[in-house]
Formats: sequence, C-alpha cells, structure tokens
Amino acid sequence: MISNGRYSLLFNALFTLFMVGPLVVVIGVSFTPTGYLEFPPSGLSLRWFAAILDNPDFIDAAWVSLKLGIASATVSTIVAVPAALAIGREKFSGREALQALFLSPLTVPTVVLGIAFLRLLSVLELNGTFVGLVLCHAIIITPFVLRLVLSSVVGMDRSIEKAAISLGASNWTVFRRITMPLIMPGIVGGWVLAFITSFDELTVTVFIVNPSTTTLPVRLFSHITQTTDPLIASVSTVVILFTVALMLLINRFYGLDRLLMGETK
Amino acid sequence: MSFLEIKALTKRFSETTAVEDFSLTVERGEFVSLLGPSGCGKTTTLQMIAGFEQPTSGSIILHGRNLAKIPARKRGLGIVFQTYALFPHMTVEQNVAFGLEMRGIPEPDRRQKVAAALDLVKLSHLAKRLPKAMSGGQRQRVALARALVIEPELLLLDEPLSNLDAKLREEMQLELRRIQQEAGVTTLLVTHDQSEAMALSDRIAVMQSGRLMQLGTPFDTYETPKSTFISNFLGKTNCLNARLVSTTGTASTLVINGIEVSGPSVNLLPGDVMASLRPERIDIVESSDGHTEAKVLERIFLGDQWLFRLETKLGELLVVRRNRGRREAEPGENVFIVWQPEHLQILPASRESA
Amino acid sequence: MKSPQNMKPWLLSGPAFVLFLVLLLIPLVMTFMLSFNSFSFYGGIEDVYTFGNYIEVLGDSYFYEIFLRTFLIALITTVFCVLLGVPEAYILLRMRPLARSIMLLVVLGPLLISVVVRTLGWAILLGNNGVINELLQSLGLITSPVKMLYTSGGIVAALVHVMIPFMIIAVWAALQRRDPSAEQAAESLGASPVKVFTRIVLPQAMPGILSGSLIVFSLSASAFATPAILGGRRVKVVSTTVYDEFLNTLNWPLGAAIAVLLLASVLVIMLSWNRLIEKRYTGVFE
Repeated sequence: MISNGRYSLLFNALFTLFMVGPLVVVIGVSFTPTGYLEFPPSGLSLRWFAAILDNPDFIDAAWVSLKLGIASATVSTIVAVPAALAIGREKFSGREALQALFLSPLTVPTVVLGIAFLRLLSVLELNGTFVGLVLCHAIIITPFVLRLVLSSVVGMDRSIEKAAISLGASNWTVFRRITMPLIMPGIVGGWVLAFITSFDELTVTVFIVNPSTTTLPVRLFSHITQTTDPLIASVSTVVILFTVALMLLINRFYGLDRLLMGETK
Repeated sequence: MSFLEIKALTKRFSETTAVEDFSLTVERGEFVSLLGPSGCGKTTTLQMIAGFEQPTSGSIILHGRNLAKIPARKRGLGIVFQTYALFPHMTVEQNVAFGLEMRGIPEPDRRQKVAAALDLVKLSHLAKRLPKAMSGGQRQRVALARALVIEPELLLLDEPLSNLDAKLREEMQLELRRIQQEAGVTTLLVTHDQSEAMALSDRIAVMQSGRLMQLGTPFDTYETPKSTFISNFLGKTNCLNARLVSTTGTASTLVINGIEVSGPSVNLLPGDVMASLRPERIDIVESSDGHTEAKVLERIFLGDQWLFRLETKLGELLVVRRNRGRREAEPGENVFIVWQPEHLQILPASRESA
Repeated sequence: MKSPQNMKPWLLSGPAFVLFLVLLLIPLVMTFMLSFNSFSFYGGIEDVYTFGNYIEVLGDSYFYEIFLRTFLIALITTVFCVLLGVPEAYILLRMRPLARSIMLLVVLGPLLISVVVRTLGWAILLGNNGVINELLQSLGLITSPVKMLYTSGGIVAALVHVMIPFMIIAVWAALQRRDPSAEQAAESLGASPVKVFTRIVLPQAMPGILSGSLIVFSLSASAFATPAILGGRRVKVVSTTVYDEFLNTLNWPLGAAIAVLLLASVLVIMLSWNRLIEKRYTGVFE
C-alpha cells in the first residue's frame, strides 16, 4: 500500500478545515453571552440554549419534523421493500422503467417537486396537512430506501434460499426466516437515511406547510431570511448534535460508508 | 427397478437446449458423478432433480416416486451448494437444525440428531459459531451436515470442493467419501474436475453439450474412453492423427505420420482415426533395439514425477516418468521410447480436435 | 401457472407504483398544464391555454440573466468539486483503516446535517462583520470589509461545501474497484507520485468524476436553500425565482413555466452528458 505523502496530508488537513469550519463556527457562536453573533465567543454561556425553551415555535417545529420523519420513512419503507424485491430479482418487462420511476425524485429538481406537490395538495385540499406532508416526503425519500434495499437484495446469494427450500421451508418461511433477516441491514439503513433526509428537507416542504405543520428546517429558514441571531445558532447547534449522535449510531451498527456509498469493502 | 431412474430428461430454454435425452439409473448407496466442462448441462440436470428447474420432457423417479409434481421443498433431498449457501445469520447448530425444524421434529430429538450430524463431520466443537468465523473447509462440512441431517434419500453435491485450495480439496475428497459411506446415502456429484470425480465416485457419467457421452467406473472410463473428447477430459493424453489400415480379431495396423504402428483390435472401419496414447504408458529406454527414436525438447520436474516433451517421427509426445531418484535425460539428449500396442487407444476421428 | 408468475412483480411493486402515480406523475403533468394557464392580479389563475408564460420568460433578459447565473454557479461549483474532491477521495483511499473511518465521518457526515444549518455557518463566515472579514482585518490584510455575502462567489463557496461529498462518493466508488498494485507497478517502473496520479489513478477515476460531476451540477442548478439564504433577493437563481412567483407574487402559472424550463434544461444536460459518458466509457471499466 502506498501511503500518503506530506503534501497529501496538508491537503487533507485544509480540506478538513473547510468541511468542519462552518459547523464549528455555528456551534461556537451559539455559546456567546452577548446578544449578537461573534466568533470566537467572548465567553461561554448557555443563555441562548435556555432561550430555545422560551420559543415554543422551534420546539413545536422539531416535534413535527420528528413525527414527519418517522411516519414518512416508515411509509416509504413499506412500499419500497416489496418493490426492491420485485426489481432486484424478478425478470419482467417494464422492470427498468419502474426502477427509473422510483429513482426519479433524485433527478427532478426539488423546487419542481415542491410546486407539483403544492398543486396536487391544493386540488385535493390537503395543503398544509400532516398527511399531505407525509405522503410527499415519502416520494422524495423512497429512492434512498429503494437503493439500499436493492443493493442488499441483489447482493444476496440466492442459493441460500434454495438451500432453505430444499430443507423443506415454505415460501413464507423462507421469506421470514432467511430473506428478511439477510436484507435487514439494507432495510434499517434505508429507513435511517430516509428519516434523516425527511428531517432535513426544506425545498419541497417550504411549499406545502402551513403554520401549524411547520417543520424545523422551514422554521429555521424563515428565521434566517429575516435575521441571524445567536438563537438560530443555538437551535442549529442542537440540530448538529442530534444528527452527529444519529450518525455515530449508524456508523457503529451499519457503517456510514455503506449507508452513503452502497456496499464497500 | 433402480433407486433413481432418470429417463429421457430434456431441458430447452428459449434458444438453447441445455440437456437432451439424458437417461441414468443409480442404485441405492451408489456414488455417481456427472462430469463435464462448464455449460455441458450437468448443473441444469442437478437443478431439475432438485426441483429448481422444470424439465421440458422426461421423468425423474426416485424410489418409485415420480418427482415431476413434487415441489422442491417436499422432495426431501439433501443439497450441498457450490457456495455452500449457509444461512449467515444462524450459528452452525441452527443451520443444521433448520431442516429438522421444518419437519416439525421435537426439540430433544432435534438436538440429538444435530449433535450426531456434527459429530459425523467432526465439527461438534464449533456448534455455536457463525459461518463467517469459519474456514472454507469447515463451512463445507457444515453444509454437508445440514444436508445429511434430514436423512435424505438422495444427496446432491454441486461442485462442492471447487472453492477450496488444492491441498484442502484432496483432504476433503477422502473426508467426503468417508462421510458418504458412513451415512450410506445415495449421492450424485456434479463436477468439472476429473480427478475429483475419479477419486470419489463408483461410476462417472461424462456429459458434453447436454448429452451423456459415456457411463462407467472411473477405471473403465479412463482406460477405454469412447472419444478423444473424453480421453482428453480425463487426464492427459497424446492424440495423434492416424489411418487404420487393417484390423483382425487380435490386433490392428495403423499408419501414423507415415510410420506403421500396431495396436489392439478395434471395432472400426479402416480409414482416418485418432490414436491416443497416455503419457504414463510410454517408457523411455536407453537401448535402441527396434524402439522409436526420440529427442528431448523439454523436461519439467514435478516432484513425484518428470514430464518430458519429446520429438519423434510420430510427432511430439508427452511422456510422464515416475521419479526414481535417478538422473534423467536432459533437453537435447537422444533417447528411445517404447509402449505396449494394447495401450494405444484407437478412437473415431472427430472433427473437433478437443 | 404462467399468469401468477407474471403478476408477482407487479403485485410487489404495486403499492409503490400507485403512490408514485398519484403523487408524482399526476402532479408533474398538472404542473406542466398549469404552466400554460394565464394569471391576472385580480382574477387569479385563468383556465386558458396559451404560450404566454413561456414567451414572457424566453423574451425577457431578466430571466435570461437568472438562468445564466444559475448554470454558471452550478458549473463553477462542479469544477471546484472536481479539483478538491478527486484528490481528497484518493487521499482517503490510501489512509489506514482507522484514520479513514474517522475522515469519512468528517467528509461525509455533513451530508446528513441540514443544508440550512450548513449554510448558516457560511452566512456567519462571509458576512461584512463575519469571521473571515474580521480575521483579514485584524491581520491587516484589508482595511474595509470585502463583500462576500449576497454574491455569487459566496453561494459557490457554500455550494461546494454542500455538494462535495457527492463527488467524493462517486470518485471513491470508481477508485475502490481498482487494483492498488497497479500503482506499485507504475512506481516500480520509475513513475513519480504525480505521474502515478495522472497516468494511473486519474484515468480509473474518470467514470466516477463524470458521474459525480453530473450529480453535483444538477443538484447545484436546482439548489434552493443555499442561494436563498446567501443570495437573498439580490442574487436570484432559478429556484428562488420560482419560490417568489409561487409564494410572494402568487403568479403560479409563470412560476410553473420557469420550473418546467428548469426541469427541461436539467434533463437535456443530463441526457447529453450520459450519452457522452456512454460513448467514451462503454465496456472499458466493466
């Protein structure tokens, strides 16, 4: 194995600074004791974290986002798993078109999806409802679930199922005892990635929320476009810490590289 | 009636014919190999017996039961897959118990049978391991135990040793034979490895292009191949274009490369034939004494034997000679070679020079 | 025997298909049709079909400028992602496993953190009283703040930060299939590290660079949060324009027409890019 030279390591250090810098700044700013943004902060204070508690707007929005993420990731997983089984292992005409359809939300610009959903939901009079949000989010995040489940379905040695059949297992037993457990990492990974994507989603959501269903990213966005104060930094810090915790959890049980890049060695 | 009877089995896919008019009978307790190069239809045949492929026509009768309408999971066959196909999320014990569980065998019974099966393959000490923490040879044994524990009427082995390294493969051959005999199970092995087929089986069925070409004991198949394809596929051989001049009840006369050679009696019409001579049947001698002259082109030392490439008036010949710890002829040296006329195999000329 | 076999895949993918039909295909068609309606300030959306919105967009240099700016920002972002992402991916691949898994968290982790939060970081860095200006002033390099917030340059910087993980993932996927001993072979034949990179590694990374560029470009061209926060009303791009038409001006048909044009141009660019890749790389790296 050729190792990295001195310049490579310097490049890597600068790159790390570039990636981490903006996040460190947000976290740093949130600890300021003053009423304005300053970095590095002149002291360490938790006053802006305490301020979150006085702003039920943010807390309500966080709850909406949490519930929305869980509901939409679950809906998406329920429809994507059987679809992945069909696409991954059956040969049928229309298979590729179907796969392209299910992955298309990745290619259509999100702003286009946003107005399309807005148009539909206003016709159905579901605009701003939680159900509407869940269904629209399910569409956006299904590609992520599908991809991860598909890669575990395709990566599975089918003779394992044949072995179970030859030992007398019925179709349902094969699915429950063999197939499901073997594609479980893909399902769990897909669900988590879908949850995070839904939790962070802004562009589509901004078109289809109303004040009672405002999500955290939308709340943050409308706050930032009006003013940037230490409060927004402290809320963002909480979001960063929550995501990092979730990330470490995934990395522990699934591997972040596998989650984001598919099967790697 | 034989234990397993395969009659006129045929499998056509949309554009190709994988297996054509394949018939085979296997006696109870017998070990038969389906041997052939990849794409010869041996795996498709196995898949049809296992129930994973539907035959286009023909029948498979096991112990008087026609398997046609019986789904794979009800056939009760033990199968060892090429990839072993162990359940990666279950321990060795759970893997082996799976088939018993499917049969609704109660817990105490099950435990006892699993223990006996693991004992048979000498893996009792690894019962709680997961497959990924085991070596290739050990996984192979788990797969075998899992297939045998359900006491199958027929054991199907699909290239079971192809994923092992050479040394381990030899060990497992002996082991496999021992286990098969101890369990007394009728076994069908699919393989492309002639030495594996010869080492393990009572009989070998050589397949080519979906058809059964020759069926017999390993010795007979090796000694009296019916075609140059089989003679080449089972071990090394020197194939020479020849013309059969005459044949009587006891001997025949051939012309190879303008030289007259005598061979055994053969049931062929005079004309173009192929003469096949195994390298180990040719002897190198020092005295001329009416023997054929030869010049050493190359020699390779293989430990237990030497491999020579010789130039002769008949053409280039490979000769294998057991290492007797003595000096052997070096490249460039002239030697003489000799063989028994009956060791010359006279085969019909084939267009494909395999 | 035959028909249930053929039905199975459709039964399995049926629920997903219905969901996508009702919530994706139908709304997209409705949006397309909406783009031909007309709008008046008092009457709202009128149910007529005309090319008026398209004529308005295509005939107005204001919209030209927005489209041009959007694609320029996307292009420059893509170039920076290639220049920074490709070496970084290669460096990552050569790291020891432990260092690599930590660096992967650093490099890929931000992908999972809300774009709004990441952009906030850049807003704090780039502002007139922001971290960078303060630092440069205290070092005496500049005397008055340099304007970075509400400029295209600022948007590009933040977009590179947001998009670069996608480039690294694509290049990584292409490079991890390579045989590292090819690089050792090149070295044994006398190639310098730079030569090893340009002659051996880069050609193998090319399919990843091309597919990564496509992802980065199309995501940057349709990015919303970053240009909305860092550009505001002053530096408008296509998505923020659509947003304004829908939620401020309320001229939905015009917004829909702009969105359809965005979708069409992104699709055209993607298809031609894919064709280019297929032509050059079919079979070579399979």
